[in-house]
Amino acid sequence: MDDPGVTEKLSRCSVGIAGAGGLGSNAAMALARSGVGRLVIVDFDRVEESNLNRQYFFLDQVGEFKVEALMENIRRATRDCFVEIINKKLEKGSMHEPFTDVDVVVEALDDARTKADFIEDVMVNLPGKPLVAASGVAGVGGSERITVERFGDLRIVEDHQALSSDEDVLLSPKVGLFAHHQANLVLEILLGDGK
Amino acid sequence: MTITVNGRKVECRQGESVNRLLKRMRYNFPLVIVKVNGTIVRREDHIRTKVEDGDIVEVIHLTSGG
Repeated sequence: MDDPGVTEKLSRCSVGIAGAGGLGSNAAMALARSGVGRLVIVDFDRVEESNLNRQYFFLDQVGEFKVEALMENIRRATRDCFVEIINKKLEKGSMHEPFTDVDVVVEALDDARTKADFIEDVMVNLPGKPLVAASGVAGVGGSERITVERFGDLRIVEDHQALSSDEDVLLSPKVGLFAHHQANLVLEILLGDGK
Repeated sequence: MTITVNGRKVECRQGESVNRLLKRMRYNFPLVIVKVNGTIVRREDHIRTKVEDGDIVEVIHLTSGG
């Protein structure tokens, strides 16, 4: 079913995405395809061949900045999403700054310390801003363990039993599950109850 | 005094810091987010922030990968 009400509502929404790796690139594509009107994507990294087992990039994009490659990929999928890219490393204390005017923020960073810094910055400096984070994306199988924990405005998609990515593999299926879980939560928040 | 940590009642001595509570409960400092009564306590404030009787503490553990 194509619901014009949903399309119209999402077209007026904006989502910030911190990180354009496995979580961020896949969540961004899902949100853009869903019709979210504006995405603000922040990352500083370039695409590496080793990223292609899970991130929404292609062989001919190796070496490009991730935010630029991702914007190009979104443009190939939809004309209805305005993509704003910021090519920089988020620094503790000001990590929230690119996201002051978006409706929902997605935490799509990689290491646990950076995730914690980002979540703290957003929650302290942007109180009331819905934030969707992810923790425990490494590994294979265990899809049934993935749950959403809610702490006020913070929602975390998580697998309690997962090992750190230093100790276990990062592969497309589980990273994709998490990214789409995050995107689905974002849509739930944007559309409100009943959708 | 008694506080609640992630839904569990926990005995705690007067003036115990968030930092000490985390260590005692074996939370893997510093990869956690801590909220006391709904307000986030930044990591640099864990040592000087004391828990009070009846406080509701939420500890959110984070694992690398993304």
